[in-house]
Amino acid sequence: MSTGTADTAARRARPFPAVSPRTRTRVPLLVTAGLLVVMFGVGSVRYEGFLSAQVVLNLLIDNGFLLVVAVGATFVILTGGIDLSIGSMVALSTMLTAWLVQSHGWPLAAVIPLVLLTGAASGALMGWIIHTFEIQPFIVTLAGMFLARGLCYTISTESITIDDPATTGAAQTRLYGPGGLFVSIPVLIALAVLVTAFVVLHHTRFGRNVYALGGNESSARLMGLPTGATKVAVYGVSGLCSALGGLLLTLYTLSGYALHAMGMELDAIAATVIGGTLLTGGSGFVLGTALGVLVLGMIQTLVNFQGTLSSWWTRIVIGALLLVFIVLQRLLGGRRSTAR
Amino acid sequence: MTPQPATSGAAGGIGRRTAGHRLLWPALVLLALLLGNLAFHHDFFSVRVRDGHLYGSLVDILRFGAPLVLVALGMTLVIATRGIDLSVGSTVAIAGALACGHLAGAARPGSVAATLTAVGLALGVALVLGLANGLLVSGLGVQPIVATLILMVAGRGVAQLITDGQIVTVTSAPYKMIGGGYWLSLPFAVLLAAVLVALTSFVTRRSALGMLIESVGGNPTASRLVGIRAGGLLVLVYVFSALCAAVAGLMISSNVSSADGNNAGLWIELDAILAVVVGGTALTGGRFSLGGTVLGALVIQTLSTTVYTLGVPPETTLVFKAFVVIVVCLVQSPVFRAKAVRRRAATPRPPTTAGATPQEQEARA
Repeated sequence: MSTGTADTAARRARPFPAVSPRTRTRVPLLVTAGLLVVMFGVGSVRYEGFLSAQVVLNLLIDNGFLLVVAVGATFVILTGGIDLSIGSMVALSTMLTAWLVQSHGWPLAAVIPLVLLTGAASGALMGWIIHTFEIQPFIVTLAGMFLARGLCYTISTESITIDDPATTGAAQTRLYGPGGLFVSIPVLIALAVLVTAFVVLHHTRFGRNVYALGGNESSARLMGLPTGATKVAVYGVSGLCSALGGLLLTLYTLSGYALHAMGMELDAIAATVIGGTLLTGGSGFVLGTALGVLVLGMIQTLVNFQGTLSSWWTRIVIGALLLVFIVLQRLLGGRRSTAR
Repeated sequence: MTPQPATSGAAGGIGRRTAGHRLLWPALVLLALLLGNLAFHHDFFSVRVRDGHLYGSLVDILRFGAPLVLVALGMTLVIATRGIDLSVGSTVAIAGALACGHLAGAARPGSVAATLTAVGLALGVALVLGLANGLLVSGLGVQPIVATLILMVAGRGVAQLITDGQIVTVTSAPYKMIGGGYWLSLPFAVLLAAVLVALTSFVTRRSALGMLIESVGGNPTASRLVGIRAGGLLVLVYVFSALCAAVAGLMISSNVSSADGNNAGLWIELDAILAVVVGGTALTGGRFSLGGTVLGALVIQTLSTTVYTLGVPPETTLVFKAFVVIVVCLVQSPVFRAKAVRRRAATPRPPTTAGATPQEQEARA
C-alpha cells in the first residue's frame, strides 16, 4: 500500500502528523489545564486545608499583578515580539506611585492615571522605535529595561513604604462573598483586564491584526493591515499592563522599591508559554495565559505548603515546565523558526 | 560601523583595513571615556608597582573586566550564528557554586589537586549545560532566545540548590589565584582572558571555522546547500559560550573567595550582549569581530568605573547603559542611517552593511 508507506514516512518526519492546526493549539492548553487539576488534586490529598475555595482565591490574590502583566506579554508575544522591560516597568510604577503618594502627598486618584499613561507611553515609544528603525524588539526592550530600572534608583535607592490612609484602605479592603470567602480589589481588576483582553483579541479588528501580524508580517502588510500601528499598539498595551500590574503590586506590598519585580518578565513569558502561546507568534489564547499564571502560582503554593522545600525549587520547576512545553510546541509541529 | 564597500573581504589588505575601520568607533568611545575620567582624576592613568604587583585604575578596569570579556567572547560566536545565549549568567553562578561547594567539602581545600578537581567539575557541568542549549537549538530547532531562557530561569535555582541558599566561602590559595592572583606582576585573570581571546581568535581566523560560523549565521539555507553541517557548529558555539561563562564564574567567585548562587553573574548576559553589540557585531548574525567585543567589554567596564569615579549612585549605571544601547542600536540600524544620510545630503552612498552582508558572503563562498 503506497499510502501506508507515505503515512509511515510522514509519521517518522513528524511525531504527530494527523493533528489539525486547531488541535495543535489546543493541546498545550489542555495539558496546562490538566496539570493544574492534577497539582490541585495532589495538594488536596497531601496537605491538610489545601482543598478549600479560599486557597484558589488566594492564588488570585497573590498573583493578580502577574496575571495583568502576563496578559500584556501575551499581546506582544502573539505578534512574534518580546518585551523584556516588563519587570522594570512594574518596579518603576511601584516606585512612582509610592514616591508621589508618600513624599509629595498626591492623592491616589491623581497618581493612577499618570502612572498608567507613563507606562502606555513608554511602551508605545519602544514599539515605535522597533517599527520605525527595524531594530529587534529584544534589544530595544532591553534598553527600556535598563532605563526603567535605572530611573527607579534615581527616585530612591531605598524602599518607600506607603502609610497614606486612602491607599492602605484600598489595599486592605476585602470583598466578602458567600461562605466567608473573600477577594481583594486587585483580583477584580485583574479579572476585568483578562476579560477585556479576551474580548479585544477575539472579537475586534485590532485583535485580528495582532494575530495576523504574528502569523506573517509581510502577508499582513500585503493585505493592507496597519502593521506599524498594530506593533506600536501592542507594546503600548504591554506598557499599560505593566504599569497597572505595578499599581496592583504597590497595593499588594504597600511599598515602592527598585528591586521589586526582579525577573517578572521571565515569569510573564513563562506563563504565556505554559498557557499555550507560540513564541513565534500568531497562535495562542489569553485565557491560556491565565491558566499559566495559575500554574506558576500553584507551584509556589505547593512549595509553601510542603514547608521543607526551599524557595529555589519554584524556579527549577518553572524551568522544567518551560522545557516540557517548548518541546511539546516543537513536537506538535510549530513552524520551524527562521529568525529569533 | 560606517558603510563598507561590498568588495571587502575579497583581498587580505582591504579586509584588514576594514577590520581596523570597524574597530574605530568602539576604540574612540573607550578613549573618550578614559579621557573623561582623566579630567576628573588626574592620576587616573598612573600605574604603580606595589609589592611587585601592578596597581592603578587602568589595571582595575582590566582585572574586573576580565570575566565580562570572557562571557562576551563566547556570546560573540553565538550571536555570529544569529543566536543568543541568555543562560550565561546562570552558568556563571552554577560554575562558582560547584567549584566553591567542592572546595568547601574537600579534605585539603588549599591543595592544587582539590582546586583542579573543582575547576574540572565546574567546566564539565558547563559543558553539559552548553550541550543542552545547543541540542535544543540545533536538534529541536527551538529559537535560541527561548531555548536559553529555560536555563536562565532554572539555572539560578540550581545554583542556589548547590549552595543550599547560603554564600559558600572558601579559603584556598590556588583557587584564589584564578581571579585575584598575580603572575609576573600582572593580574592572573587578565592573562587568562588574554590567552583565551588570543586562542579563540587564532582558531577562528586561521582556520575555516570562523568563516563557517559566519556563513551559518549569514544565511542558514545557503550554507546548508553548500554542504556546511550547521548542527554541529551550533552545538559547538553554545558549548563554547557555556565554557567561557564557567571560567568567568570561577574568576568571579575566586576573586571574592565565595559563591553566591543568587547574585553571582546577575545580568552579566545583558552586559555581554551589550559588549558584543558595542563592539560592532550585529545581532542579525553573519559577521563577528572578537577585537570589537574585547573593546566593547572594556567600554562597559570603564562606564561602570566612571560612574563610581563621578560619585553618582552606582545603581544609575543602568541609565547610562540604556542610552548606550539606544545610541549603538540606532547607529547600527540601516533604516536610521538611511534616514540620517537622506537628510544630510543627496550624495549617493554605497549600500549599507546589512545590504552588503549577503554579497560579502557570496564573495567569500
